[in-house]
Amino acid sequence: MDTTTTTAITATAAAAKRRPLKARDLAPYLFVSPFFLLFAIFGLFPLLFSIWLSVHEWDPAEGLQAMHFVGLENFRFILTDPWFHRAVGNTAWFALATALPQHLVALPLAAFIHEKIRRGRDLVVGAYFVPYITSSVAIALIFTTLLSRDYGAVNALLVELTRVPLLGSFMPGHPIDWLGDAHYAKPTVAFVVFWRYLGWNTVLYLSALQAISPDLNEAATLDGAGAVRRFLYVTVPLLRPMIYFAVTLSIIGSLQLFEEPFILVDIEQGVSQSVMTLAIFMYRLAFGEGDFGAASAVSWLVFLMIVVLTWLNARLFGREGRGE
Amino acid sequence: MTPRPTRIATTRPWLAWLVVALGALLLIAPFYFTFVFATRPRTEIYSSPPPLWFGLSARSNLALLLERLPYLRNLGMSLYVAAMTTALNLLLCSLAGYAFAVYEFRGKKALFALVLGSMMLPAFLNMIPSFMVLDFLGWLDQPRGLYAPAAASALGIFMMRQYIASAIPRDLIDAARMDGCGEFRVFRSIVLPLLGPALGTLGLITFITSWNNFVAPLVVMHSVENYTVPLALRSMQVPNNTEWGALMMGSAIAMLPLLIAYFFSARRLVAGLTSGAVKS
Repeated sequence: MDTTTTTAITATAAAAKRRPLKARDLAPYLFVSPFFLLFAIFGLFPLLFSIWLSVHEWDPAEGLQAMHFVGLENFRFILTDPWFHRAVGNTAWFALATALPQHLVALPLAAFIHEKIRRGRDLVVGAYFVPYITSSVAIALIFTTLLSRDYGAVNALLVELTRVPLLGSFMPGHPIDWLGDAHYAKPTVAFVVFWRYLGWNTVLYLSALQAISPDLNEAATLDGAGAVRRFLYVTVPLLRPMIYFAVTLSIIGSLQLFEEPFILVDIEQGVSQSVMTLAIFMYRLAFGEGDFGAASAVSWLVFLMIVVLTWLNARLFGREGRGE
Repeated sequence: MTPRPTRIATTRPWLAWLVVALGALLLIAPFYFTFVFATRPRTEIYSSPPPLWFGLSARSNLALLLERLPYLRNLGMSLYVAAMTTALNLLLCSLAGYAFAVYEFRGKKALFALVLGSMMLPAFLNMIPSFMVLDFLGWLDQPRGLYAPAAASALGIFMMRQYIASAIPRDLIDAARMDGCGEFRVFRSIVLPLLGPALGTLGLITFITSWNNFVAPLVVMHSVENYTVPLALRSMQVPNNTEWGALMMGSAIAMLPLLIAYFFSARRLVAGLTSGAVKS
């Protein structure tokens, strides 16, 4: 705490002793109250209420009177449900298949842009960031079109490539049903997620790089270290706090993955099973089957997983790695 | 910061540019196709090879879109919800940010920690119970069911606090008080007019987030007339018989205003969005 705030505190404390309560003492509470009021109604209360819900059996159609206490029955039901296991597996798969490539590409990309692009950097960075500020529905719609089995642009391109000698033999001979075939739907959805958040992670790493002094990198260059070695032994260690932060965000985001698989893959189709994440599973339980109790149990299990994984992540990076 | 040219940076800048620009092109290609397909009829979109340049069917696609969806109403709903969310956030976040930046009061530290902590709560955890709260209030299928829960964001309060703490001289506030300004008057007449840049960034972020939001409207809005744009577009996608040209037109209309706003403010917006990460 700096000296001005300390004097301010002592000044206020002294003043408070001398005079009765005035507008100035109440004003800050009044100013912050709207946030806390809204948070209480739409944040804190729902949170506590969902604990209550998770130990009750309840059909919303019958009103609040129809709530029956069932103890941990909802949790038992969920934990033994094969669909839940499937959703956990899918979510874990997506978390790895989207987050890992995102950071493995974003990190060197940010270092590359930082080192080599001076002029027009804002333009390039701006372009990488566009998917992040676009509606997930608009993104899903265009990808559905581009990836459609018959006449989609991606398949059309692949057909063209089969005519190229050598490269052509690696191309599939038949059009691929990217979003309708269970083998392809998962990687395709993962790719769209990767595509959407790559720019975000790149920008995070770039902003951290800008805060790092260039001296170390220059010293390493003078010592004859090549670009790859400088990246691995200078840049990455210096970026550890930001990597920790970005990975934490990825964990929290991945475990709640909902929009991309939900919109890209038709829920009526059997293939949607292969992209059913925990969030979709919970949504269907609540709004499809009306089982709010079991759905709340799922949401708390997901929260628990987030807590455990972020804790493990913090352990993995250690105090120093977190930038503390 | 002036760039210190290293050996590598000066050798082949155009090559580096090419690599990064190609990546950027791949990233924005889908957006280009959205606009191209918006001007093409369905039959042309699904022809081999697919169209790479604009066509002549923008008008008929628009007509078809307006025939299938109450799209103007959906646009109005999105605009109304986003405008209300933004206006409320600008007022409430700057007020709270001002309090945290300027005043000393009992419990300030704990309250601010609570603001930051609320950012960590997964939104998803709240989906079902907040649906029930809105149901209880009778706010389902109403715009206020969307803007009221989002009226004061923790990130906004954090951003405004940082900005006010660094950009508003304390002497100015004290001088205004000496002149007999009431506490709210100081905020409204002295502080608020100086918050322009921060309010601009926060406003843009809030508007974009609200405009693109999918999950909240999915849970809250039930009738097609009250759908926001993303929900309306999704409802037009039916198995086997989707009017892709019209749908792409709707998608392009929804994207265009944001892309234009983004083009003029990309730098500030990117800095604002990542500020929480960089400063923490």
